[in-house]
Amino acid sequence: MTVLDVRHLRKHFPLRRGLLGRTAGYVKAVDDVSFSIEAGETLSLVGESGCGKTTTSRCILRAIRPSSGEILFRTGTGEQVDVAPLEKKQLRPLRRQMQMIFQDPFSSLNPRMTISEIIGEPMLVNGMTDTTIRNKRVADLLELVQLPSAYLNRFPHAFSGGQRQRIGIARALALNPSLIVADEPVSALDVSVQAQIVNLMLDLQDRLGLAYLFVAHDLSVVKHVSHRVAVMYVGRIVEIAPTTGLFNTPRHPYTEALLSAVPVPDPRRRAQRIVLEGDVADPSNPPSGCHFHPRCQYATDQCRIETPALREIAPGHSVRCLRAEELSLVGVPAA
Amino acid sequence: MADEPILSVRDLHTHFFADEGVVRAVDGTSFDLHSGRTLGIVGESGCGKSVTAKSILRIVERPGRIVSGQIMLRRQNGSTVDLTTLPTDGREMRSIRGGEIGLVFQEPMSSLSAFHTIGNQLMEGIRLHKDLSKRAIREQAIELLNMVGIPRPAQRIDSYSFELSGGLRQRVMIAMALAAEPRVLIADEPTTALDVTTQAQILDLIRRLQQERDLAVMLITHDMGVIAEMADDVVVMYLGKEVEKGPVDEIFHAPRHPYTQSLLRSIPSVLAEPRSRLATITGSIPHPFARPGGCPFHPRCPDRHDVCEIIVPAEVVIGENHVTACHLYTKVPA
Repeated sequence: MTVLDVRHLRKHFPLRRGLLGRTAGYVKAVDDVSFSIEAGETLSLVGESGCGKTTTSRCILRAIRPSSGEILFRTGTGEQVDVAPLEKKQLRPLRRQMQMIFQDPFSSLNPRMTISEIIGEPMLVNGMTDTTIRNKRVADLLELVQLPSAYLNRFPHAFSGGQRQRIGIARALALNPSLIVADEPVSALDVSVQAQIVNLMLDLQDRLGLAYLFVAHDLSVVKHVSHRVAVMYVGRIVEIAPTTGLFNTPRHPYTEALLSAVPVPDPRRRAQRIVLEGDVADPSNPPSGCHFHPRCQYATDQCRIETPALREIAPGHSVRCLRAEELSLVGVPAA
Repeated sequence: MADEPILSVRDLHTHFFADEGVVRAVDGTSFDLHSGRTLGIVGESGCGKSVTAKSILRIVERPGRIVSGQIMLRRQNGSTVDLTTLPTDGREMRSIRGGEIGLVFQEPMSSLSAFHTIGNQLMEGIRLHKDLSKRAIREQAIELLNMVGIPRPAQRIDSYSFELSGGLRQRVMIAMALAAEPRVLIADEPTTALDVTTQAQILDLIRRLQQERDLAVMLITHDMGVIAEMADDVVVMYLGKEVEKGPVDEIFHAPRHPYTQSLLRSIPSVLAEPRSRLATITGSIPHPFARPGGCPFHPRCPDRHDVCEIIVPAEVVIGENHVTACHLYTKVPA
């Protein structure tokens, strides 16, 4: 069952210049992005800073209003609703079904509220006023994220980063959502704690059938959590594929470069990496044709002129590259 | 490693004296830096890796201070000096800091002034350590920017840091660190704030400059991947203690300390099977004021014995240049 179906999503931020704030152009932060997520599935959005992955996730949660496109969300009753054009009031009943896990467990919990209040608040806001029922549910949630119920009346400062992230997850699960958007949920954590949270997220997904939209820059973590991966570059998805296909047989030169840049924790594999020239393109003034062409070692004259479309070249594997068929790119060795 | 080390740290202890108690941020660490080699210092938050670097440069903030130990620097003129004995703001320490020992920080945005052009900041660095004419200094600054791979250096020298991308800023930081032609480069999480393709560029740059200048590099990071990529030798730290130290290949392929072993098992890898669970280390890093007695890792250790709760393990030599501090390898007292 498709939980989320995003079609041709665009978010353009106006660039204002001068005294009168005239619109001098647009930053195409998200530029025609389409993907879907099934129940029980994790889709990861990866890419470097400024690629539009966070803006995409914020549009889906309707923290910001998209410029155009559809965001079809399947509600608890089974009908599909386009949340893109909805107003605040109309969004409210839907919000409980799509929840967020934040990156920074230190600033995302109110320091003046106890753990019980933090986890219980979404229920209270949504009309669950009976304290006994609510407290029971909070205790269950704590158990679900593997925290002792003795912690209920403590404040966030008493917890480590990993424990706070568990509290954030418990809060996100309070209203039985079907979709969780997690923006860099483990990147602020130490390695030994990161592993615990990754495992917890995998377990919760298996138990509760959650759909995850996982936004991350760390491809190693992405490999461990995803069923499918979408790679973004300057506002566009350049490649989307099942995890194994994307890592082992990438079809876009940017994906290949990203994969080769990841340091592998094995000194015997100091591979010859592809070091990209220059920086990520400026989204307010992107290069013509394929946005990646100035940094692409395979670029031809045609790449400067023609904007490639995202097209499927293997089952479930789509790529936005004119030369996808003729290139043989290198991924990571199969597990 | 027949050559003499440039910098030797011996049994360094740096503690912070807060109202709530004493934090033993660095609690007995020893290592050597050699020309042309990279020493990786790896550990999670609170392990003391950054305080070690600050101790060497004598920039530990109050209420912290070096309690004991030696930091022996072999100077250009052949003499050896113990940095712990020098006054922090004295002339000698100032000529060493940024002079003989260059430094690259994690945050290129906050380490560069927003009010001065990068050229001004770079030229100031050169002026402090070299006696040259104004024009020669500017020429050298442009040459440095060129060396670290900044395009159009003659124009870029007059830009401000906020006009540059994160990767370019980190290149400027490296140019500044190398302005006075140091023989030792300390890089504290130099690529942590950068994107992965930019990180690859910066690591490449550090490697190239090291070869060109025969630099001794001390690379501090939490990222085992970066360590595997860059280091010749590795020090693994946990709560201020050096738990294992050895050649990079042995650390990754024959780790001996349970912490090193657990850490390596718990890191995600692009080589892993998709959707595979990670091995975990139970619990979390203790608060600095609630430091466990005995071996600091014992509450989380899968191999702990009774002795670990009471006695701090001594370092044991377990191979050539390979030591570890764990009771598994000591003769446990009856």
